[in-house]
Amino acid sequence: MRAQIAVYVVLAALALIAPFLGLYPVFLMKLLCFAMFACAFNLLLGFTKMLSFGHAAYFGSSAYITGWLVTVQGWGTIAGILGGVLAAMLLGLVIGAIAVRRQGIYFAMITLALAQLVFFVCLQANFTGGENGLQGIPRGSVFGLVGLGDDRTMYYFVLAVFVAVYVLIRRIVHSPFGQVLKAIRANEPRSVSLGYKVDRYKLMAFVLSASLSGLAGSLKALVLGFATLSDVSQTTSGEVILMTLLGGSGTFLGPVIGANVVVTLQEYLSDIVGAWVSVIIGAIFVVCVLLFRRGFVGEIQRRFARRSRAD
Amino acid sequence: MTTVFGVPLAAILGQLMLGLVNGSFYALLSLGLAVIFGLLGVVNFAHGAFYMLGAFAAYMGLEFLGVNYWWALLLAPLTVGLLGIIIERLFLRHLYQIEPVYGLLLTFGIALIAEGVMRSVFGASGKSYPVPPLLQGGFNLGFMVLPIYRAWVILASVTVCFVTWFLIERTRLGAWLRAATENAKLVQAFGINVPLLVMFTYGAGVALAALAGVLAAPVVQVSPLMGSSLVIVVFAVVVIGGMGSIVGAIVSGLVLGLVEGLTKVVYPEASNIVVFVIMAVVLIWRPAGLFGKEQ
Repeated sequence: MRAQIAVYVVLAALALIAPFLGLYPVFLMKLLCFAMFACAFNLLLGFTKMLSFGHAAYFGSSAYITGWLVTVQGWGTIAGILGGVLAAMLLGLVIGAIAVRRQGIYFAMITLALAQLVFFVCLQANFTGGENGLQGIPRGSVFGLVGLGDDRTMYYFVLAVFVAVYVLIRRIVHSPFGQVLKAIRANEPRSVSLGYKVDRYKLMAFVLSASLSGLAGSLKALVLGFATLSDVSQTTSGEVILMTLLGGSGTFLGPVIGANVVVTLQEYLSDIVGAWVSVIIGAIFVVCVLLFRRGFVGEIQRRFARRSRAD
Repeated sequence: MTTVFGVPLAAILGQLMLGLVNGSFYALLSLGLAVIFGLLGVVNFAHGAFYMLGAFAAYMGLEFLGVNYWWALLLAPLTVGLLGIIIERLFLRHLYQIEPVYGLLLTFGIALIAEGVMRSVFGASGKSYPVPPLLQGGFNLGFMVLPIYRAWVILASVTVCFVTWFLIERTRLGAWLRAATENAKLVQAFGINVPLLVMFTYGAGVALAALAGVLAAPVVQVSPLMGSSLVIVVFAVVVIGGMGSIVGAIVSGLVLGLVEGLTKVVYPEASNIVVFVIMAVVLIWRPAGLFGKEQ
C-alpha cells in the first residue's frame, strides 16, 4: 500500500513538471488522451472481461461530433466535449444492447462488425469530411475564462480531466456496482443465479466505457485540431486492446503505462522504419499473448504478492 | 430496353453477378473460418491476411517465376497453407487450453505482421493480375454479356464449397473431424492423432482463404490491405449464418453477396453497411444465427 502511494506521488510529480522537462506538450497530451482511452477500455476488458473489438467507434465518433460542433456549429469547448460524449454514450447504448446478447468471442466479433458499420457511416456522411476528415478544430476556452490555445494551459486542462477520469474509474471499480462487475468476470452463471440482472450490469459497464472513450476522443480532437478516419478505424480498436493488454488488464496503472509505451513507439518508430511499425506492433501482440498475458503491471504485482507471501 | 423500377434490367443483372462473385469469396472465406472455429475454437483474424497472401503468391509467382494462373491455383494455397501449419505449430497450439479470445488476439497480431511486411515490400498501391487467356471475354446472353472469368469464379467456388462440405459430412475423415469437434479427448482415446488433425484442419482452412485470394486476383487489385476490411464482413457473415455451421457459412456467404449487389442498385450508399445491418437484425431476432443452435 505504501509502495502504491509512493508510485502515485512520483507519477503525479512527473506529470506536473513534464512540460518543463523539454518534452513536447502536444505529444504529452496525446499520451494522456490515449491513456484515458485505454483506462476506459480496461473498465470493460479488465474488470468485466468483455473484449470489445470496436472501441474506436466511440473514440472516433465523439472526436468527429466534438469537432463538428465546435467548428461548424460554433459551440463552446465544454459544450462541444459534452456533445461528443453524449453521442458516444448513445452509440454505446445501441451497440451494447445488441452485443451483450452474446458472450466471449461472439461479443468481440459483433462489436467489431458494428464498429465497422460506424466507420463506413463516418466515411460517407457529410459532416465528417470523408477521406480528409475534419481539419482546423479550434481549442477555444473553458467557458470563456481560460483560453486553451497555449499548449501548456491545454496540457494542464487535459491532465485535470485525465486525473478526474482515473479517479472516477477507481471509484466505479471499488463501488458495489464494480463488485458486481467483478463477480460477473469471475463467474457469470453464478451471478445470474444470485439474482443479478447480468445483462443490465454489462450494458451499464459498456455504456460507461464507451462514454469515457468518447471523452478521450473529444480531447484528442481538440488537442491535435483534427478528427480523421483513423480515429474510427479497426487499427485504433486493435491498438487500445494492445495498450491495455501490454500494461496489464484489470490493473489501474497498467493501461496508462501500456498506452505510453505504444504511443511512444509509434511516434518515434514511424519516422525511422515506416510501414514496419505495424509489423513491430503485430509482433508485440504475438509476444504479449504468448508470453505475458498479465502485462507489465500484472507481472510486477504477482512478483510482489509472491514475495509478501514468502515473508 | 427492359427496366425494373426504372433501372435497366442489364444493370441489375450485372450487379447481381458482381454480388454473386463477392458472395463466392465470402462463402470460401467463411467456410474456412467455420471449419477452423469448429475444431480449434479459434476465430482466425488472420483469415483476411491469408487471402491477401494467396493473391500475392499468385502475383509473385507470375512476376518472378513465370508460374501461370492454373499452377497458382494449386501452388498458392499449398504454400500459404504450409505457412498456416507452421503458425499453428509454433504459436496457436499453446493457446488451446486458455480462453478463446487470446486466439483472436494472436491471429490479429499475425495479420498485422503479414500486412505490414507486404506493405513495406510492395507498397500500399494495388497491383493488377491478368485474366488467364482461356477465361478472357464473355458470352453474349442476348440481354446481357456474361464475363467468362466471373462465371468461372462462381463455378469454382461453389464446387470447392461442395467438395469441402462432402468431405466433412460424408467421409471417414470428416467423421473424425466432426467427432473431434464434439469431444477431442474421446476421439484421441480411440487412437486418432487429434493434434495432427487439428494442424491439418488449420492448414486446410488457411488454404481455402488463399484459394479465394488467387481467384480474386484478376478481378480486384492485389494490395496488402485487400483482406483487412473483408475479414470483418466475413465475420459478420459467419455470425449471421451461425458460428460453426458449414452449410450456414456457405449459404449465407452467397446470399449476402447477392444482397450486397442488389443494394448497390437500389441504394448504393448503403452497400458497404448492409451486411452489418442484417447482422444486427439477425442478432436481435435469433442470437445464435440463422443456422446455429442455441447453446
